[in-house]
Amino acid sequence: MTRPPQQIVDLTDVAMSFGAVRALAGVDLAVAAGECVGLVGHNGAGKSTLVNVLAGGLIPDRGRIKVAGEDITHRFNVRTAHQHGIRCVFQELSLCPNLTVAENARIFHARLRGMSWKRRAAALIGAKLDEIFPGHDILPHDIIGDLSIGRRQMVEIARAFTVTVEPLDLVILDEPTSSLDAVTAGQLLAFVRRQVAMGTSVILISHMLGEVLGTCSRIVVMKDGGVVAAKPAAAFNRESLVSAMGTVVEVQGVAPRPEIAGSRQGEVMVEARSRRQLNDRKLVAHRGEVIGLAGLAGHGQTRMLLQIFAAAGKGDLFAEVRGPVAIIAGDRQTDGIFPLWSIGQNVTIRSLRGMVRRLLIDSDQERAMAATWQQKMRIKTPNMDDNILTLSGGNQQKALFARALGSDAGIVLMDDPMRGVDVGTKIEVYDRIRQEAAGGRTFLWYTTEIDELKYCDHVYVFRNGIIVDDIPRDELTEARVLSASFHEAA
Amino acid sequence: MTVGVVSFLRGQAWIWSFLATAAVWMATIIFTGGVGGGQILTAALSFAIFTVIVGIGQMFVITTGPGNVDLSIPATMALSGAVTTKLMDTQNELIALGVLVALGIGICVGVFNYLLIRLLRIPPIIATLSASFLVQSTAIAYGRGLRIKPPPALADFTTAQIAGVPVLALCGLAFTAIMGLVLARTMYGRSVLAVGQNMRAAWLAGINVERTRLMTYMLSAMLAGLSGLLLSGFSGGSSLNMGEEYLLASIAVVVIGGTSVAGGRANVPGIWGAALFLYLLVTMLNTFGASAGLRLILSGLIIITVITLAGGGERKR
Amino acid sequence: MFHGHLNARMLRSALPALSLAVLLAAIFYTQPRAMSYFGLNLMLQYAVPIALATLAQMFVITVNDLDLSIGPFVGLVACIGATYLHDAPALGLFMLAGCIGLYALMGALIHLRNLPSIVVTLGMSFVWLGIAVLVLPTPGGKAPEYLKALMSLQVPLVPFPIVAAVVIALVVQAALMHSSYGVVLRGAGGNPKAVARAGWSMLRAKMIMFGLAGVFGVLSGLSLIGLTTSGDAHIADRYTLYSIAGAILGGAEFVGGRVSPVGAVLGALTLTLAGSFLIFLRVSPDWQIGAQGAILILVLALRALISRGEAR
Repeated sequence: MTRPPQQIVDLTDVAMSFGAVRALAGVDLAVAAGECVGLVGHNGAGKSTLVNVLAGGLIPDRGRIKVAGEDITHRFNVRTAHQHGIRCVFQELSLCPNLTVAENARIFHARLRGMSWKRRAAALIGAKLDEIFPGHDILPHDIIGDLSIGRRQMVEIARAFTVTVEPLDLVILDEPTSSLDAVTAGQLLAFVRRQVAMGTSVILISHMLGEVLGTCSRIVVMKDGGVVAAKPAAAFNRESLVSAMGTVVEVQGVAPRPEIAGSRQGEVMVEARSRRQLNDRKLVAHRGEVIGLAGLAGHGQTRMLLQIFAAAGKGDLFAEVRGPVAIIAGDRQTDGIFPLWSIGQNVTIRSLRGMVRRLLIDSDQERAMAATWQQKMRIKTPNMDDNILTLSGGNQQKALFARALGSDAGIVLMDDPMRGVDVGTKIEVYDRIRQEAAGGRTFLWYTTEIDELKYCDHVYVFRNGIIVDDIPRDELTEARVLSASFHEAA
Repeated sequence: MTVGVVSFLRGQAWIWSFLATAAVWMATIIFTGGVGGGQILTAALSFAIFTVIVGIGQMFVITTGPGNVDLSIPATMALSGAVTTKLMDTQNELIALGVLVALGIGICVGVFNYLLIRLLRIPPIIATLSASFLVQSTAIAYGRGLRIKPPPALADFTTAQIAGVPVLALCGLAFTAIMGLVLARTMYGRSVLAVGQNMRAAWLAGINVERTRLMTYMLSAMLAGLSGLLLSGFSGGSSLNMGEEYLLASIAVVVIGGTSVAGGRANVPGIWGAALFLYLLVTMLNTFGASAGLRLILSGLIIITVITLAGGGERKR
Repeated sequence: MFHGHLNARMLRSALPALSLAVLLAAIFYTQPRAMSYFGLNLMLQYAVPIALATLAQMFVITVNDLDLSIGPFVGLVACIGATYLHDAPALGLFMLAGCIGLYALMGALIHLRNLPSIVVTLGMSFVWLGIAVLVLPTPGGKAPEYLKALMSLQVPLVPFPIVAAVVIALVVQAALMHSSYGVVLRGAGGNPKAVARAGWSMLRAKMIMFGLAGVFGVLSGLSLIGLTTSGDAHIADRYTLYSIAGAILGGAEFVGGRVSPVGAVLGALTLTLAGSFLIFLRVSPDWQIGAQGAILILVLALRALISRGEAR
């Protein structure tokens, strides 16, 4: 492979782990001046981690970072990245909602001060917006909080390309078109092509494969924390890109789930429609089924689960739910565990109502439940009265499973619960889910791991908040899930 | 290892407030040459009980999570004192009615506080502050600054002692034990602790978050109302500013007593330790001949020191 | 929808001015004689110290904190002003500067230890009060002549409190809303993470905002004794409540750095006038605070209604 002489950044053997989870397993990535690199991969492939390392937001456990030929591994952070001309447009917006468009530009550039700073800031950001999104209707004195999410995204992108004194060599765009309409997305991609032609480098991450294929000069495919393919864009087409992202083995052959009599029939437990869905496609779950919710992370699966959870018992316009519902959170820290409590208290909280005798909670019954579920879920702890944080991540997750499975809920929602869980735990939990489903429980399982879909009776694929495909079990292939998850058009 | 020690000490934080109480008491009686140690304790118990009652209400509120605090306690105490003394009109037969009215006032204020928080979507500090303006004004308008004596039986009850131990303090002790049980062993108590640790996780665990908050604000205001009635019995009539010192005191005993201001961890015995400590501290400074100014400065500094050492904790979300 | 947003925001930012206008109209209607140089001067006498305290509170609210100690602090300043500043000006000035420094340190402590500002400032309120009692145990003292002269200044045509309020509002508006560093300070309330990521020190921002609150607390206390001519430790106990109410009436949001200096001054004026209006209505003074609470709740309710409309 011939490399252009000047490398903007050069990462060598960068590795990074979060606890037991290896996010990056020794990645090499070099970006040359005037190159547009497309970065694609399925959930958990390591794209976001890599981008965060590149932007200086994360310090890798291992590896070397060279910027413009200079090794600055040890003093690399957001500030030095900016000084060295590396900018990043993060998916979560980093604008101040209480400030105007021009004022947000001022926050970004220390140089915008002195008497006429307001005029200069407005001119700077206004000109860049005009350049990237001609015909936009954003004024420099508009307050960010009043703008639609798409316009905020436009401001954020434009701001990343403004220059005062620091150089601009590399801009990382992480799903930049996710909240833009087709016209503005097209304007942005055209601008990226012009910018690249002028010598600035861009890294583009997008689930719109057409965008990546049509804009980038080189495409890097990631999987399981490593780079699995890196070739000029011309060497890829949509199909080869999808197959590079996936495993070669087809899912079908290894399906471990025994058939349940009456799959896709019987009593309907959940019937729900996405609020954004324009056609009449809806999610249906029958008693005893395991229903998969697939697609890229953040495309409406969690929202659907929460909608079902909120509608439990009473139902609403978009969801009909029969019977009590329990939810198993994926983000343990924010949605799941109570960090000040013991393991036992964390397990029993969902079921306490049934243990109240003469106003007081029956301690014996509470302890008995904790002990039973310690055994059933094989929670590894000497004492269920220990604090929940003494457990490993996987065992904390088991406690959350115990909370839901030990409850009276006939319907269990799972919000990508295996995030950051070790393989041994996963296999134990899969077993448990199978047993419970056979016993008549209904599971709605949002997962970002395609492998887990093979445990499901029926799979719904989500994209941009709506269901774009529903796949019966015998038609399930990885290629079909990936293909539905990634949008074709640019 | 260190983590274990720290978490153990945090779990036992109430010990510190009692140790500090003992130290302050010792310092005082050493200074007086051993004279009056018993009386000081009796007085401390007599006065601390009112701080304990409102402190427990405040503790439940603060335990429901960051930002939750009830600033309407002093106004509620004043209103309850003014209304009930006038209503009971020095007649013993009307005491029961007075208690009901005091609790009723608490329920009204609590519901009003909660509705402001919920409907106007404003922080509890602002909501309870705005409500306290209205409540205080009602108290002023209703009380007209008249000082009506409490019914004799109420005055007797609130000042009665058994072997130097105030009866009210004994009742308070029983009440504290009950509230400890409520916190640890009832659905409501568990809900408060869960909501305070993580409101979203509590909702997802099937807890009725809004009902828990409503009940908590009601509880706090009811205790303030009750305390207003008892205090007017104790001090021979209600006064409009009698609740004033309980604004800081109710928050201070919660913080000093080892309850986490970040929510989710309450400490019932600590309320007693802290309330006794605050009273004895003032007594000690008085004995040492310290001026009013110095007493105020030290009270303030102690609260800030305790909160600094306990730490605000990592802000969750 | 985009324009719906704009209208709601304009409505919300016009709310402080609207409430003041409504109140003024009501006052002039019930008491036409109030519509005079003398009448306004009398009604707005205490508007200057209240407006300054409100601005102090607003600075703290900008960085998502709340200051429950501003009232006693203003009282302390009044005590220092009526004693040391009168008798030994150099020492007095030094003490006032020290107070401002303590305020900035309070901000640093809250930021570094991530403490709840309510508890810290509530504790400090006792410290301020304690020092004030030490400085001036019983009400009295003498305000420096120049303060008295300044506060009783006769300006032609427009009463002095109005002139002062306008000047103060414009100065703070320029500094916080239009200067380049003011943007960073407000951004620190809006999205602290983003501001820190852009390389600004959050500690410095917090210290500056609390320090400014101290400065305006000092100005409030000095202007107050210019009016009362003597000091008292408890002279400004109500200012904590006034300042919070004024800032809210002036359109400050509790989180997110959305504040308005002009609004805060208008809010303080509204609050001051509300007292006079109630007297004109022959509402008994008992209901004064209650009425202020009711106005506060009313404005908050209006705001909730507006933003509910906005959310649709």
